[in-house]
Amino acid sequence: MLAYFLKRIVLAVPVLWGLTVIVFLIMAMIPGDPATAILGSYATPENVERLNRQLGLDRTLPEQYFIWLGNLLQGDFGRSYSLNRPVLNEVLERFNATLILAGASLLLCTVFGLLAGIVSAVRQFGWTDRIVTFFVLIGISMPSFWLGLLLILVFAVNLQWLPPSGMYAVYGGGDLADLLTHLLLPAVTLAVVATGVIARLTRASMLEVLRQDYIRTARAKGLSERRVIYRHAFKAALVGVIPVIGIQAGFVLGGAVYIETVFQWPGIGRMLVQAISTRDLLLVQGGVLVVAASYVLFNLLADMAQHALDPRLKS
Amino acid sequence: MRGFMRALKGALAGIAVVGVATMGAQPAAAQTPPNVLIVGQIAEPKSLDPHAVTAVNDFRILMNVYEGLVRYSDGTLEVEPALAESWEVSDDGTEYTFTLREGVTFHDGSPFNADAVKFNFDRMLNEDNPYHDTGPFPLAFYFDAVEEVTVEDEHMVAFTLNEPYAPFLSNLAYPTGLIVSPAAVEEHGEDFGRNPSGTGPFRFADWVSNQRVVVERNTDYWDGPPPLEAVVFRPITDANTRIAEMLSGGIDLMVEVPPDNVAQFAEDPAFTIYEQAGPHVWFLILNMKEGPFQEKAARQAVNYAINKEAIVENVLQGTAEIAAGPTPPAFAWAYNEQLEPYPYDPDRARELLEEAGYDGEEIVFYVTEGGSGMLDPVAMGTAIQADLAAIGMDVTIETYEWNTFLDRVNPGLEGKADMAEMAWMTNDPDTLPYLTLRTEAMPDEGGFNSGYYSNVEVDTILEQARQSTEPEERAALYRQMQEIVHEDAPWAFVANWKQNAVAKAEVQNFQLQPSFFLLLKDVAKQ
Repeated sequence: MLAYFLKRIVLAVPVLWGLTVIVFLIMAMIPGDPATAILGSYATPENVERLNRQLGLDRTLPEQYFIWLGNLLQGDFGRSYSLNRPVLNEVLERFNATLILAGASLLLCTVFGLLAGIVSAVRQFGWTDRIVTFFVLIGISMPSFWLGLLLILVFAVNLQWLPPSGMYAVYGGGDLADLLTHLLLPAVTLAVVATGVIARLTRASMLEVLRQDYIRTARAKGLSERRVIYRHAFKAALVGVIPVIGIQAGFVLGGAVYIETVFQWPGIGRMLVQAISTRDLLLVQGGVLVVAASYVLFNLLADMAQHALDPRLKS
Repeated sequence: MRGFMRALKGALAGIAVVGVATMGAQPAAAQTPPNVLIVGQIAEPKSLDPHAVTAVNDFRILMNVYEGLVRYSDGTLEVEPALAESWEVSDDGTEYTFTLREGVTFHDGSPFNADAVKFNFDRMLNEDNPYHDTGPFPLAFYFDAVEEVTVEDEHMVAFTLNEPYAPFLSNLAYPTGLIVSPAAVEEHGEDFGRNPSGTGPFRFADWVSNQRVVVERNTDYWDGPPPLEAVVFRPITDANTRIAEMLSGGIDLMVEVPPDNVAQFAEDPAFTIYEQAGPHVWFLILNMKEGPFQEKAARQAVNYAINKEAIVENVLQGTAEIAAGPTPPAFAWAYNEQLEPYPYDPDRARELLEEAGYDGEEIVFYVTEGGSGMLDPVAMGTAIQADLAAIGMDVTIETYEWNTFLDRVNPGLEGKADMAEMAWMTNDPDTLPYLTLRTEAMPDEGGFNSGYYSNVEVDTILEQARQSTEPEERAALYRQMQEIVHEDAPWAFVANWKQNAVAKAEVQNFQLQPSFFLLLKDVAKQ
């Protein structure tokens, strides 16, 4: 099994490399260049040429790519011209913020998704099931940026319980309580859709398991209903749900782009949007690389968890 | 499994506790501290090196940390002394000698003197300068006319220009002319933009990426320390979030209030709305090389057909004024007061269109989704399309993202479009017409005359104005130019943007400037 996971990690390398080539080509193909983006209305050919020379963009595309790749292999991600600082510093700072946000909402959606799914399956077609299913449907269908704005309006503007945006208070603050107050609204907003997805899947998976013979056997043995559900059914159902949680991790990372914009969370999603609109190639490369690597890693972790839980995969 | 369920319950309880605790602990989540001004910015600054940036958003911070040799006097676009106490211009207009203010020091303690001034311009303009690689310096072309900077003595510095260039002084008042500390550049190199040092009323304190830039009162400021203890600039890119922060008390001042929200703040006594027309003009470039707009009558017809009042009042909700010609009224000293905007007159437009021989051919109209100074380009574009349809013009809109849009418009409209939206914000009445309306500014010659306007008279006037050292004479020339361009109608003149800001009522002595800079030197907070 160890060999299998090692192989997966090795296979991720060409995937990530291919990704850098694709990002590079796309950035080269989209119209507009960094110099024009910087100069705006002042982008005369003469000014563009002068600026390109200063930015090192007067080299050919393959040259630029291999210089970048060579530096990358030595751990140098290059310098972002739009932020005027090393790409790696920016990417790590921003990715850290995204991890906090995505981690919090992954925790929320896993906990509430599993719980809602179980309750719904156990009380299939009962009132509890109908109510939970109703809210799950609303959750899945809700555009998250809109929900975010609504939460800001209610909790920040009207009730003034929570700050509307940012990660820490601008003046003073900076401790854990400060972080949590700022984290609550965006994390909940980001978790809503994923909670719905996980809940639906848990429900379906549980229902299937509950019909199995061994559940009937467990009940026939006289085990309490509680024990049957949590000990026997849930564990088996979880095996089907875990890979989806892995995928939701990717979804939450991707969805963070909107949420980070609405809540001004200083994360990597918003950084990438800015980097693309300013045609900051090195920053886009660095950001995409880190996000993609973490996506690969999350799926790997999900697979490992599945392996650990599913006896059939252990052989 | 029991362990798992216990963990699950524990997590739920934990979340509930955090939820309750945070709600209880922060009843007034967003009270700002006394005597510290929190400003809502529209984006993260790129750099705090004034020579390396191009965005008005960054200028708003820089103008409080640095000073130039000259500056715009309060409420105008006219130049007055700042770090230079006085200056003399040679008769031929190619030699400017500045006498510098004595006893001024940079925030890092190093002295401000003639050597520092020379260092600043050499770094920007001279590719052999050892600190030229601390750039890039995208707006260095503002000083392309500068041939040499000479230190006459400790407090006297001379600029030699390669030709008479009247906008030189107002370019010095622009952020690209702000003076940075040579000692700080030498110490921090390419990271100077994150460790800035100037001579201004506020000194740099802290920059946390995407969260805040903090500047503190400069107690040694030569003109007396400012009332505010500190200013915090917060980047909040989403306009709705910026509004929410303002309403919940998280920021004290924000600029660029979306038109939809101005009324809401105006009705609330807790807030004050500020407005100021700026050196901005929003117009349509008309393609004079091919198609119907080769005819002056057709171009004038477009000017008559557009209901500018409806655009300004309804689409922009009063955040702009109707433009009369190519020069914004904010350049009061050079503006032609006699100029009247083309009135909204569809009947006259139809007559002119007929006179021009327009036969219903398709008009391709380039519209952008957004961009610097473009206001509400899609809504404005559709309104214009409807106005032109009303006089029988068949207009097809093509919409592009801003950078793509510039990439299509700047090389000229020939073979692509008949008209295109455009907006400019400049610091001198010379800049816009010189770059966009001269025969020698055609796109293939490196200019922005994307609609191919050519009038020898305008060419001559603009050259004369640039070489004149007499402000009165220059002003008269610009007024004459505006009249000719108004009549020739190479553009459809649409709007001049009024910048707005909203502040809490506690914020005192705040004033918006026609330059669109944000000057906080005299601002206080009760």
